[in-house]
Amino acid sequence: MSDRIFGVVGLLLAVGFAISALAIEESFLSDAVGPKAFPLIIAAILGLSSAIIALRPDAEPEWPALGRLVEVGAAVVVLILYAELLPVAGFVIATAFAATYLAWRLGSGPIECILVGIGTSLGIYVIFHLVLGLSLAKGPLGF
Amino acid sequence: METLASLGDGFAIALTWQNLMLALLGCFLGTVMGALPGLGPSNGVAILIPLAFTLGLGATPSLILLTSVYYGAMYGGRISSILLNIPGDEPAMMTCLDGHPMARKGLAGEALSLSGIASFVGAFLATWGLIVLAPQLVKIALLFGPAEYFALFALAFMTLGGVSSTNQAKSAFAAALGLGLATIGVDTQTGVPRFTFGEVHLYDGLDFLVAIVGLFALSEVFIFLEHRHGGSDAEGRKLNIGKLYPPMSMIKSCTPTMLRTSFLGFIAGVLPGAGASLGSFISYTMEKRLVDKENTFGTGDPRGVAAPEAGNNAAAGGALVPMLALGVPGSGTTAVLLAVLLALNITPGPLLFTQNPDVVWGLVAALFIANFMLLAMNIPMVGLFTRVLMIPSRILMPIVAMVSFVGIYGISGSTFDLLVMIGFGVMGWVLRKLDVPLVPIILGTLLGNAMENNLRRAVTIDNGNWWTLIDSPLSIGLWTIAVIGFVLPLIVGARVKARMHQRRDEEGAISD
Repeated sequence: MSDRIFGVVGLLLAVGFAISALAIEESFLSDAVGPKAFPLIIAAILGLSSAIIALRPDAEPEWPALGRLVEVGAAVVVLILYAELLPVAGFVIATAFAATYLAWRLGSGPIECILVGIGTSLGIYVIFHLVLGLSLAKGPLGF
Repeated sequence: METLASLGDGFAIALTWQNLMLALLGCFLGTVMGALPGLGPSNGVAILIPLAFTLGLGATPSLILLTSVYYGAMYGGRISSILLNIPGDEPAMMTCLDGHPMARKGLAGEALSLSGIASFVGAFLATWGLIVLAPQLVKIALLFGPAEYFALFALAFMTLGGVSSTNQAKSAFAAALGLGLATIGVDTQTGVPRFTFGEVHLYDGLDFLVAIVGLFALSEVFIFLEHRHGGSDAEGRKLNIGKLYPPMSMIKSCTPTMLRTSFLGFIAGVLPGAGASLGSFISYTMEKRLVDKENTFGTGDPRGVAAPEAGNNAAAGGALVPMLALGVPGSGTTAVLLAVLLALNITPGPLLFTQNPDVVWGLVAALFIANFMLLAMNIPMVGLFTRVLMIPSRILMPIVAMVSFVGIYGISGSTFDLLVMIGFGVMGWVLRKLDVPLVPIILGTLLGNAMENNLRRAVTIDNGNWWTLIDSPLSIGLWTIAVIGFVLPLIVGARVKARMHQRRDEEGAISD
């Protein structure tokens, strides 16, 4: 079933890709092939392979239980928040929180996950910023 | 003779303090990453690329660092295969078969050092193979016009599918997806924006480094979260190594095996689409057929340890040949290395050998040096790396995730790229669940623009005649190989692949 859904999604993607390829505005100075042809070929391959996947599905993959899906989803949300808040909060604070969260969700105890979070954040800051001179996001506190 | 002179120049480049230190660092990090289950060569190299850039390293030093990581990971993968029966990375899968039984017999130290020697032999011979074969391939490649290059790219994608997945449709999907992603951005030939949907950040196209780190490294973090695999695989087990040096007789009896499988692995590596995993797989199966008279393979036969290790290290070297000489990588990790070169504004291919000989020969010399360093690290110091196996992933994975973010942020400094990377991470996770190989996606995003440009150049030169693509004997030959490479696995490949894939789960998606 997963493969059938995947194939249909792929087909929709291919159709969408082809439509937006046809909508590309051609410049008056174009080569013999133009900017549309290659994307259209790709869309055809994408559509064809999606159709085959939908028609001849593989065995069902092992999807995680709902709880685990929520787990992955929550991690994605945390990482998005991390990306957005990085320039606001500064590297050290944001990273400490994100790493603490990940360590906690992977099964660290309360003290261990805070240590991992702070350790990761400070470790990266010292090695990459202070030693190697990489520019990291600066927050209001300057680090 | 000319080659030896170039090699001498290469050593002059590689033997600076900076490059030696980078090689040492790369070998160390590579062995660690190879040893840790969950971090393979392609992940390892992917995470380190952004760092190589932000450190402001030039082309040769960055390549030396990253190929040392690549070679190192090939060495390191065997450690957890032997001690824990869990392959540290995918090419080390076959090493489990005889390595772990040897360890259970109390011969862990012998198995580790023997496989270290086998790795060295494989990699050493493959580096010589690279020196001999790559210039020859360059001579052929100089005959290529745009039409032939287009055919060559098609060949790379079509043969890649044959090995990297059990389902050809899925690898075709992956390749098309990658190529489609590459078309995002301003069209290089006419200057019109394509698929940008008005988003200014997309005008430059998607940065393939962002895609690579997201697909490989972040999706790995999600997999670990999904299984809540927080412990270390070594927990509760005693990692006894015992005697470290194998008896001479054992090495002697394994020497023919090592030589044969080095050769075989090298060939497997050079072939497009086949990486180190295939190298170790066919090495083991062939050796089993050839010398396993008493049915000792699988029960801790030293030759069964030497064969896959020599094979996968030789294949790792072999896979560098098409990447350097043609600009078409044959495996996941070489695709990532190609990304490094492209990002440094160096186009691999025949011209690399004439325009940047310092890069090529410096790299080759560095490979030799790295090999000796790895031998030293992996035999007397192997105990150090077995400690690494004790690090639980609940500590390791947050570090991996954060280093990925730091690397990408260091290059672009934009939140947008981080969000795109998270998107790729989620996509990689879903696709791995669905058994869609990730390597064709990477290859597509890397080669998409070159492939399209060659297509358009070829057709434009011939005034819009599309038949020009199959006009020369060379391109007809390439297309024929491509079609055979795509169709053959459909007929005979299912059986071989089923056997090769039965020992792995989601690892397969990032196979090397």
